[in-house]
Amino acid sequence: MSFVTVENLFQSYGRRPIIERVNVTVAEGEFISIVGASGCGKSTFLRLLLAQETPTRGEIRINGAAPAREPGLDRGIVFQRYSVFPHLTVRENILAGESFRRGWGRFWGAERRDALARADETLARIGLDHVADQYPATLSGGMQQRLAIGQALVARPKVLLLDEPFGALDPGTRVQMHDFLTELRTQTQMTVFMVTHDLGEAFKLGDRVLVFDKVRWDPQDPNLHGATITYDFDACTGGIPFQTLKEDIHVYHTA
Amino acid sequence: MRIINIRLGRPAVVTLALLPFIAALIVYAVASDIRLTANPADRLLPAPGTVLTTAGQLLSEPDRRSGDILFWQDTWASLQRLLLGVGISATIGLIFGLLIGLIPVARALLAQFVAVVSMIPPLALLPILFIVFGLGELSKVVLIVIGTLPFLIRDLSQRVLEVPQELVVKAQTLGASTWVIAIRVVLPQMMPRLIQAVRLSLGPAWLFLIAAEAIAADAGLGYRIFLVRRYLAMDVILTYVIWITLLAFVMDWGLRTLSRKAFPWAEAGL
Repeated sequence: MSFVTVENLFQSYGRRPIIERVNVTVAEGEFISIVGASGCGKSTFLRLLLAQETPTRGEIRINGAAPAREPGLDRGIVFQRYSVFPHLTVRENILAGESFRRGWGRFWGAERRDALARADETLARIGLDHVADQYPATLSGGMQQRLAIGQALVARPKVLLLDEPFGALDPGTRVQMHDFLTELRTQTQMTVFMVTHDLGEAFKLGDRVLVFDKVRWDPQDPNLHGATITYDFDACTGGIPFQTLKEDIHVYHTA
Repeated sequence: MRIINIRLGRPAVVTLALLPFIAALIVYAVASDIRLTANPADRLLPAPGTVLTTAGQLLSEPDRRSGDILFWQDTWASLQRLLLGVGISATIGLIFGLLIGLIPVARALLAQFVAVVSMIPPLALLPILFIVFGLGELSKVVLIVIGTLPFLIRDLSQRVLEVPQELVVKAQTLGASTWVIAIRVVLPQMMPRLIQAVRLSLGPAWLFLIAAEAIAADAGLGYRIFLVRRYLAMDVILTYVIWITLLAFVMDWGLRTLSRKAFPWAEAGL
């Protein structure tokens, strides 16, 4: 049942604890939004999921496999910025999603032609086929993030990690990106972790919303304690479970 | 209106850019004229016309003994040394810059060593180079390499470190090995920066070339200048100096143009 298991996770930088005692299990295909104040270890938690950092204690397992020691193919990532390669064209960026795992990082001959065809299909699906030969710097912020998500998905990761992917976008583009992401998700049934500052976004996109906060707060030394998951909302109810009707016989139905 | 907000049109910019050149020419011509009026045999500041005549002779008249035009022979000898030295330096600099910037183990091993070695004044090593490599081409090329390499390594490793960590992590999540990250992510992004670093080290490269040629050579632009110095042949020296300046400027301009043409993404993005 549980696809991603996080067990008793601690992380400190030097003597400063960032997150402590994080336990959570996530089923395959779930969309997990992560919110919390700045400096509450959301991004640290994502880096731990990515295996970009090693936790001081505890472990993260994906699909029962041994804890990863470095970022790899099973975890895809989209950052707020610098998520696409500036020296590759849009098409080459998508191609990189498949070819970087090869010895020379490239495809040759017939294989390359097939991969290019697949890349063009992907580009058409994410609506970037008209800019295939341009460099990312000429694209708008929303298009760049769409490219970044497309590139990450081409590598077929088990888990997709999004670190404030829409943080730098204007509100209109943001809404478009929500639709884009929702659509992609229904197609791929991917397990997603998304860190965001936008509560509305968190509840709109997520199946569950994890809140990171400090449970203990030392007024003399605010950095003494780390943060942990303080709430685990079911986003289907908008985070307000007591308003769900459990009784369906002796109640008045409006609809 | 504030001075910082005054913008000029294209003709005004060109005129202003030409102004210092014209001013320098006029100052020289006047100074030369004053000296020549006082003493027509003065050799220190030959008239601009004399310099032009000499330049014409240098460019066209073959040497009486060997039959070669020494000017072109000197140019070819110097350019060969310079390009070889800078080319070798750029290649080694790129490789070590990548190693130090990308691989923490290589950085721990080499970064401090390069930082210390780069403090050695290359010209102080010139006698050693002459003793070890002889007076031939090798010692001159090695001097250029030694003179420019530490800067290139330090500059390029710094630029590698400036590649956003996000890109390196992203490449890893796409399954890239260290090798693929090096050749497909970092190396292409280094190329425009390499050209920039080479442009900056061309100045020192010319300096070391001319220093080496001045001391021991049988051809070369620097050699010729220091040879004719004995006869106070200012017209020849000035011709050579202007020619060297022109060559250096054209190289710099060529590299800048190459960088713009070959790496369009760098102009738009960085």
